[in-house]
Amino acid sequence: MTPTPPDYALEAIDLKKAFGGLVVTQSVSLAIRPGERRLIIGPNGAGKTTLFNQISGDMRPNSGQIKLFGTDVTRFAPYQRAHFGLSRTYQIITLFTGDTLEHNVTLGLLGLRPSRWQMWRPLSFYGDLATEACRILDAVGLLHLAAYPVSEIAYGEKRRVELAMALAQKPRVLLLDEPLAGLSNSERSQVKSLIASIPRETTVIMIEHDMDTALDLAETVTLLNYGRVIVDGERDAVIADERTREVYLGV
Amino acid sequence: MKWIAAIVPGVLLVLLPAFAGDFYVNLASQILIASIFALSLNLLVGYGGMTSLGHASYLGVAAYISALLTSRYGFGHGQAALLSIAGTTAMAGCFGVIALRATGLGFLMITLALSQVLWGLAYRMSGVTNGDNGIAGLTRPMPFGISLDSAASFYWFALVVASIAFLMMTVFVSSSFGSSLKGVRDQPRRMAALGFNPWMIRWITFTYAGFWGGVSGLLYVYYNKYIHPTSLSTTSSAEALLGVIAGGSGTLGGPVVGAALVLLLKNYASAYIERWNMLLGLVFLFIVLVMPTGIVPGLGKLLRRGTR
Repeated sequence: MTPTPPDYALEAIDLKKAFGGLVVTQSVSLAIRPGERRLIIGPNGAGKTTLFNQISGDMRPNSGQIKLFGTDVTRFAPYQRAHFGLSRTYQIITLFTGDTLEHNVTLGLLGLRPSRWQMWRPLSFYGDLATEACRILDAVGLLHLAAYPVSEIAYGEKRRVELAMALAQKPRVLLLDEPLAGLSNSERSQVKSLIASIPRETTVIMIEHDMDTALDLAETVTLLNYGRVIVDGERDAVIADERTREVYLGV
Repeated sequence: MKWIAAIVPGVLLVLLPAFAGDFYVNLASQILIASIFALSLNLLVGYGGMTSLGHASYLGVAAYISALLTSRYGFGHGQAALLSIAGTTAMAGCFGVIALRATGLGFLMITLALSQVLWGLAYRMSGVTNGDNGIAGLTRPMPFGISLDSAASFYWFALVVASIAFLMMTVFVSSSFGSSLKGVRDQPRRMAALGFNPWMIRWITFTYAGFWGGVSGLLYVYYNKYIHPTSLSTTSSAEALLGVIAGGSGTLGGPVVGAALVLLLKNYASAYIERWNMLLGLVFLFIVLVMPTGIVPGLGKLLRRGTR
C-alpha cells in the first residue's frame, strides 16, 4: 500500500520519535484522503498526541516523512505548516486567557493574513476582522460571550473557543486533539454537531476517547498502541477487528 | 470629561518652563529621556516577555557614536544623529540574532553579557572612547537654527521627541503586530500553530526597542554634553528595568511613572541621604510587596475599588 502524493491530504511515512530511551512513535504510517474524517484511537501513552505534535511541527520526528498534499513538510516550522493549510487544537486548552473571546478568534484570523505585520494601525481599525470573528463565534454558539475574557468562561465554552480559533483559519487539514474531553453530555452533542458541520473541503483528523460520540463522526479509524499502527481502515472493519477489541475495548 | 483629563496634563507639560525654575525643568527633561528609554525596554519586558538586562547598550552606543562623530570626526549633528540611530538599530538587530537563540533566563544572561562587552570596550579602548575620562565638551544640536542651550528650549525639544516616541510605541502595541507580540509572549506554541512566526516577531520587536533606546541615548548625550562608560553599565540597565517593573510592565504609563520615580528619588533623596541607593531599594521593595503588578495597575485597581 504505497500512496501516491496528490491523492492524499496528509501522509505520514514511517515516523519514528523517541524521547531518550522511550520510543513513543515506533513506525507510524498514515495516508488520509482529502475530505476524510479520520479517528485516531488508542490507550493512554499510545503516542497519539506525539503523532499530532509531529504532524503540526511542534516536534521533529527522528526519522520518517510528513507530506501535506504531496509536499514534504517534514522540515517546515509549525507556522509554515499553518500557511500550508494545517490547523490544530490542543488537548490541554491553550488559549489567551486574559483576552476576550473575540480577540482569541481574531488572532486565529490574523495568523494567515499579511496584516499581522502591520505596526502603524491599531488592530481595532480592522472592522472586517471583528465582524468575521463574531460570525465564527456565532457559529460555535458563543457570540453572547464575545466581549468576555477567556478566564471568565466555563470549561466547555473554552473547548469551543479552541475549535473556533482553528475553524477561523478555514484549514485544509484540521487536527482535533480530544475536542470532547471533559464536556458534559449536552455540551458534547453541541460540539459533535459542530464537528459534523465542518465543510468537506477540510480533512478532519481527530483523537478522541469518547468512542460513542467520535465513532459517529468518523469514516475511517486508526488504532495506535505502543507507538505502532495496529489496525487501520474503514470504521466498521476496524471496530469489528479482533485486535481492536483486544487493545482498546478490553473485551 | 475624558478629553479634559488628557488635555490638562498636556497643557501643564507644555507650560512647565513658565512656572518652574531651571532645576525642575532640567529634571523634567531627564525624566522625559528616561521615559523614552524605559518605554522602549517595556516593549521587550512587558509586551514581549523578554526580560533584558542589557538595554543600556543602545542608549550608550547611540550616545558614544554621536559624541565621537561630532567631537572627533567633524560631523554635523544631523548626520551624526542619523548615523548613530542607524548604527544602534543595526547593532540591536545583530544582538537580537544572538540573544533570541534563547528565551527566559538564557536570554537575560546573553543580553547582560553583550552589554558587559560594550561597557568593557568603552572603559578599556581609551584610544577611541577616552576611557574612564569620558568624552566631554560636546555640544547640543540646533534644529532649524534654534539653540537648545537653555533649560526650557531643551525641555521642549525633549517633550516633542518623547511625545512622538510615546505615540508611536502606543500605536505599536495596539496594532496587529502588537497583538501578535503579546500572543507570542503568552502562548508561543499556539501562535506558531496559528501561522505567526514567533522568532521574527521577537526579533523585530528587539530591533525596534533598540531603535528607541538609541533615540533616548541621543537625547541623553545632548542633555549631558558628556558621555561616560557608566551609561553603558549594568547598573544603568538594571535601573531602567526596575523603573519599568515598579511603574508597571506591559502598561503604557508604567514605564513613565517608574522612570520619573527613579529620577526623583535620585535627585531629591540624594540631597538628604548619602545612601540614597538604599532608600531606592526600600521603595522598590515596598512597591513589589504592596503592588506586585506595579504602580500604574495598582493605583488603577485602588481607584476602581474606590468608585465602586
